[in-house]
Amino acid sequence: MTEALRSPLQIVPDPLPPEPVVRLRDVSRAFGATVVLDSLNLSIAPGEFVALLGRSGSGKTTLLRTLAALDPPQAQDIRLPGSRATVFQDARLLPWKRVWQNVALGLRGRDARPRALAALEEVGLAHRVDAWPLTLSGGEAQRAAIARALVREPELLLLDEPFAALDALTRMKMHALVLALWQRHRPALLLVTHDVEEAMALADRVLVLDRGRIVAEERLLAPRGSRGAIVRDLRATLLRHLGIDVGGAAYADLLERHA
Amino acid sequence: MPLPTHARSTLRRDPLQSRWLSPLLLLLVWEGLCRLGVIPAHTLAAPSSVGSTLAQMIGSGDLPINLAVSLRRAILGLIIGATVGVALALAAGLARRGDAWIDPLVQVKRTIPVVALTPLFIIWFGIGETTKIALIAFAAMLPVYINLHAGIRGVDVRLMDAARSFGLGRAALIREVVLPGALPALLTGLRYALSISVLMLVFAEQINASAGLGYLINNARDAMRTDIIVVCLLVYALLGLTGDALVRAIETRTLAWCPALVEA
Ligand SMILES: Nc1ncnc2c1ncn2[C@@H]1O[C@H](COP(=O)(O)OP(=O)(O)O)[C@@H](O)[C@H]1O
Ligand SMILES: [Mg+2]
Repeated sequence: MTEALRSPLQIVPDPLPPEPVVRLRDVSRAFGATVVLDSLNLSIAPGEFVALLGRSGSGKTTLLRTLAALDPPQAQDIRLPGSRATVFQDARLLPWKRVWQNVALGLRGRDARPRALAALEEVGLAHRVDAWPLTLSGGEAQRAAIARALVREPELLLLDEPFAALDALTRMKMHALVLALWQRHRPALLLVTHDVEEAMALADRVLVLDRGRIVAEERLLAPRGSRGAIVRDLRATLLRHLGIDVGGAAYADLLERHA
Repeated sequence: MPLPTHARSTLRRDPLQSRWLSPLLLLLVWEGLCRLGVIPAHTLAAPSSVGSTLAQMIGSGDLPINLAVSLRRAILGLIIGATVGVALALAAGLARRGDAWIDPLVQVKRTIPVVALTPLFIIWFGIGETTKIALIAFAAMLPVYINLHAGIRGVDVRLMDAARSFGLGRAALIREVVLPGALPALLTGLRYALSISVLMLVFAEQINASAGLGYLINNARDAMRTDIIVVCLLVYALLGLTGDALVRAIETRTLAWCPALVEA
């Protein structure tokens, strides 16, 4: 009673943070004796751009498959939005369907084709809509895969190292594309990557996964385009969590030190 | 630096490199030897007499009528065999229980040469058309089953995953991913089935036939007419080639997306 009298202002609640679209609580996953996800906790807010860093084999894909509900469900505390879409590292277009049919895969209704064409237009692939997937370049195939995910207007967009196999220039163009699409459609987005620069350039928040646990979490408050000042320190921090001690050295000088 | 042979031949057409040359030469030598009497007609008829016999057999209707009988056997046997093979492969490839039930039986069947079943078939079906068609069907079923089954099992799980992640149900997955993915394997199986059914046709027609190419051959043998025998052999070869061309045509139509064809 006395407390309420002493500070009545505290009763006014803060504006509620938005309900997360993704929430994992103590989620574990093991293949036989190997524990791949180890009581992992993760929330993603609506419209948030999260990058997930991790060494090869750290469990990134397993986490992403969990978020895509691709593995048989287990008794775990997982909340996922109804509409999700995934872009895989290898574009995984069905080779026997033309590009637009791949984008329209699983869409219902008569407007499937116009919707697919609009999505392809948006990713800059309007001139290849009738092509066979095996004739696409790596970058074009990933554009088609992004269109296929986008056309579903997902609340949660999952990208599993989608740019790892692309050359540097194509990768830059794809980064710009993904950023533009995310800003226009605002899905919650989880980008799995092992590229620290990519994570820092694109995400609102960077997570580091190691042996099935999230071992680091960094928020990037500076807006994209003016992050130059913070990335140097952040890069060193993230790389340290990935097991590489840079200590401010340039990559060119690093190999000698780790030899 | 020497060019690869195919590149060189387009630069400067060398008549001695023509692929027609050696078969042509063989025909000439064969004809010459027959004319000189080195090869008597009852051993092997000359190409020219084979040609005239062919024209005459077409004209008299002997060849068309008996060819129709043989074709009917081969086509019916192939259709029945391929249909059963496809049905079994689908049942075994798409359902675990189907696999557990069907695959062992097919593997058992695989160990028995179809030709060895002839006596049983004759006891069951007599020496008429049924036995011949059954033998062809039984032999044609196996390559269709084995290839399609492997094709269904070999469909890329990563594509299945992707399609599932876009909300495709089981029926849609089978329709959009499994069957198109297994189609190349099915066509390979069909191609084998075709050549096997021609093979089985030849064999089955030796049993006892009152019509068909085998009947013509048997009569020719008794009359020592090697020209007729060679004509029939040519027709058998033509059957195989036509079937192969047919499957190839289906392949180019339905597998337009395949890398080899896409690049062409
Ligand atoms: N289906 C599976 N069966 C057995 N082990 C698996 C399976 N999937 C992944 N793993 C193992 O789990 C670990 C993490 O894999 P993954 O999530 O693919 O890592 P990342 O994507 O970070 O490279 C690896 O050691 C891998 O061998
Ligand atoms: Mg991975």
